[in-house]
Amino acid sequence: MSGPVNAGLPLWREAALVAAKDLRIETRARVTSGQVLPFALVVVLLFAFALDPDRGLLGRVAPGLFWVTVLLAALLAVGRSVAVEQAAGVRDQALLAGLDGTGVFLGKVAAVTVELAVLEVVLGATMVVLYDVQVTGGAVLAAAALPATAGIAATGTLYAGLASGTRMRDTLLPLLVLPVTSPVLLGATRAFEDALDGAAGDAWGWVALLWVFALFAVAAGMLAFGALWEDGGA
Amino acid sequence: MTATERLYPRPLARLLAVAAAGALGALVVLGLVVAPPDAVQGDAQRIMYLHVPTAWLAYLAFGITALASALYLWPRTRAAAWDRLAGASAELGVLFCGLTLALGSLWGRPIWGVWWAWDARLITTAVLFFLFCGYLALRRVLGRGEVAARRAAIAALVAFADVPVVHFSVEWWRTLHQRATVFNPELDPQIEGTMALTLWVGVLAFTLLYLALLGLRYRIAGADEHRAAQALEAAITARRRSAELPADAVPTGPLGGAGVPAP
Repeated sequence: MSGPVNAGLPLWREAALVAAKDLRIETRARVTSGQVLPFALVVVLLFAFALDPDRGLLGRVAPGLFWVTVLLAALLAVGRSVAVEQAAGVRDQALLAGLDGTGVFLGKVAAVTVELAVLEVVLGATMVVLYDVQVTGGAVLAAAALPATAGIAATGTLYAGLASGTRMRDTLLPLLVLPVTSPVLLGATRAFEDALDGAAGDAWGWVALLWVFALFAVAAGMLAFGALWEDGGA
Repeated sequence: MTATERLYPRPLARLLAVAAAGALGALVVLGLVVAPPDAVQGDAQRIMYLHVPTAWLAYLAFGITALASALYLWPRTRAAAWDRLAGASAELGVLFCGLTLALGSLWGRPIWGVWWAWDARLITTAVLFFLFCGYLALRRVLGRGEVAARRAAIAALVAFADVPVVHFSVEWWRTLHQRATVFNPELDPQIEGTMALTLWVGVLAFTLLYLALLGLRYRIAGADEHRAAQALEAAITARRRSAELPADAVPTGPLGGAGVPAP
């Protein structure tokens, strides 16, 4: 809300600092690689138990299963990202350093997006091996995955900020995030299906929808964090 | 309380409640007795006299929630009353949205042969229901205060803005993969005469019911805040009295006599 207290640090620089800080914590604590990623891979196994791999169903529904798994993993990653911020006076330090809420939001979204992108690569490779998926249309897959991941990360971070400091954040976050991100699940799944079916041309409409959603979510989050940051709201 | 009283005076509340009860009574008579059974759907079509009004009210209620939230966030119009109104309206919206889904399902079973169809309108309504369930859950854990109200207002606006995106994406998805089959024009009743009148009475009755319940819920929220503020005030006064009491004064507070003795 108020003008930047810091020595004229540009927004992207603040965001980069926060993102680098989060990713550094991540490489040391290894929560994503040691907990979230194995969880996602277990879900891949569970889907095979539920849908019987012999029926040839897994390969056909792999895009949907992929994005459901990413959404579930994203809830964990986002919860972790906000929990880091609440430990022992981190917020006060960030405020004293003159960090702006908007920059913090962008930084956290960027860090979560990077973590999820790594997770998606490993998850996708696992599905290719276990579900016997033939990968085609790589450009479309990447063009859809980037905005979808950013949109999920932005929505998750926004809601985690709104629910931060409350005792029931962990149980509340899925109920808040999953309905809002339903268009992302839908769009990303259809785009992936089209790409894997060799009908990449049909996917661009969905890719456009994903971009619109991501931009909308990032803009909403920037406004909200900007308005809430200084009085401990986010 | 005085502010609540001024915004929503008691006689108006009574008038709305009586009008809603009267209109609902008229709806019962019109819907069950006067209106003829539908030529195609038979008596099942009478569910529409409830389904259409509840659907309209769910959207109205969520719209009011979004509007009140926007007015709360706008610095010039910020007032605790908007926050209370947003919460009250969202509760009713979730209630009416749930009723819409349940009534639609009851109607769908005899007419479509299924309890549920993956139609764009149905899916959007279901997502809407869960969006605002989340909003209410968030309100519950946020508690009272200015920061809580601001967070709730942001959450309401994000949820409301998401509705067109959900609707667009779902509609696109369903029409790409299958032509609309459930909203078959042949199934649409030709709405005329007493049927149209009954439907309009239904919309009016439920709108009045919504306004009456909204006012009631708004007053309860106001009274609740008032009581919490009073309790806090009383606790502060009691604490202050026990700490500042001069030794020779007559102890009156609940902790009377526990004051620090004079040197």
